[in-house]
Amino acid sequence: MQSKTHVQTKINDEEIDFLCEPRQSLLEVLRDTLNLTGTKEGCNDGNCGSCTVTLDGRLVTSCLVLGVEAEGREITTIEGIARGNDLHPIQKAFLENAALQCGICTPGFIVATKVLLEKEPDPSEDRIRFFLANNLCRCTGYDKIIQAVQQAAREMQA
Amino acid sequence: MKWFDYKAPTTLADALAQLDSHPGAYLLAGGTDLLVQLRAGRKQTDMVLDIKHVPELNEISFDESAGLTLGAAVCCADTYENAAVKTHYPSLAEVASIIGGTQIQGRASIGGNLCNAAPSADTVPLLIALGAKCRVASTKGEHEIAVEDFCTAPGKNVMRAGEMLVSLQFPVPKKGSGAHYLRFIPRNEMDIAVAGVGASVVLDNGTFQEARIALASVAPKPLFVRAAGDSLKGKPVNGESIEAAAELAKAAARPISDMRGTAEYRSHLCAVLTRRALEAAVKQAREAQ
Repeated sequence: MQSKTHVQTKINDEEIDFLCEPRQSLLEVLRDTLNLTGTKEGCNDGNCGSCTVTLDGRLVTSCLVLGVEAEGREITTIEGIARGNDLHPIQKAFLENAALQCGICTPGFIVATKVLLEKEPDPSEDRIRFFLANNLCRCTGYDKIIQAVQQAAREMQA
Repeated sequence: MKWFDYKAPTTLADALAQLDSHPGAYLLAGGTDLLVQLRAGRKQTDMVLDIKHVPELNEISFDESAGLTLGAAVCCADTYENAAVKTHYPSLAEVASIIGGTQIQGRASIGGNLCNAAPSADTVPLLIALGAKCRVASTKGEHEIAVEDFCTAPGKNVMRAGEMLVSLQFPVPKKGSGAHYLRFIPRNEMDIAVAGVGASVVLDNGTFQEARIALASVAPKPLFVRAAGDSLKGKPVNGESIEAAAELAKAAARPISDMRGTAEYRSHLCAVLTRRALEAAVKQAREAQ
């Protein structure tokens, strides 16, 4: 019997329910069912980090989470990062440092950076590079991303 | 991905009963191997059992006499952030922090790394070195098996249909003990080991009391090299004894040549990494004293 499952969850502080097939990834549900298209699909096998979201505060690649696993959990996507109409300091720092070109990897980098800076407000460059190793960027060469993270760290501590 | 049904049992008894009635079911912990394999068509099933809601599989607890119980579904990040793991099993915390990247560590479990039975699995040589045991359960009962006897071939383990890895049990570290896992990868992170070595030692006044050594990526399964560890027993801690153990580890390796390295290179790495892993384990043991 192939029927969709009813899932109740919380996304970006909002109670949300949706129907999905058990085989659908959280990434598919976010983008195709809930129209939260800020989360990007890159490799779809957990390597590139473009689809990074938090699940109960832990960073995960949403391509490797089933939609049905969201039941009763809390999810934050890139859409939940800005504060109203104001960009989050991490988002501003990425813009000001030109830390993106094509932009596909950017939502994942920003969600991951937020978790890093909330846990470790003043990480070393080595630590930033190691923590963000699960986020790939094929445009920038990373230096500008690292500079953006460092600027965001300074501003968030100020 | 082909259609499958999904169930998330909340008790071990229910999980085992579900597994018993669906012999083709796959168990979902972090999904970082399973979902990739299902999507690629390398595995197929009509039932996925999410075991992350079963308390026994989420347990992480340390007892001064019983040691560490690590539920099979506990993710790497929960493992390396655990205070008891950091204090009593620092090598385990460290190996959990080099699996994949941050996002993978938020999902992937050490139990899953073992069940997936990749010859290159980073945690398994260390589990063997630490003398960890697997608690395996089915509706018919439970039994314990040493980690070195668990994997049988690439992607294969000893568990029969209806059996489930519940947890890993680690003995209390002995006084004067240290352990370390070391791998060679061309990158700094997010890579698969060309070769890897897990080593543990117990020292007493500059002498090896015990040592255990296991290898990754140089055989069809993670390889316990009992003779290399045993060769150190009663020997003084010096370059000569460590080098002799490293040569025994190298001799036991049965590597293949592939895109990551030649067999000859991997054999060479076994000796180098065994020496360095032993040196790091010795350093940790001395610092703890």
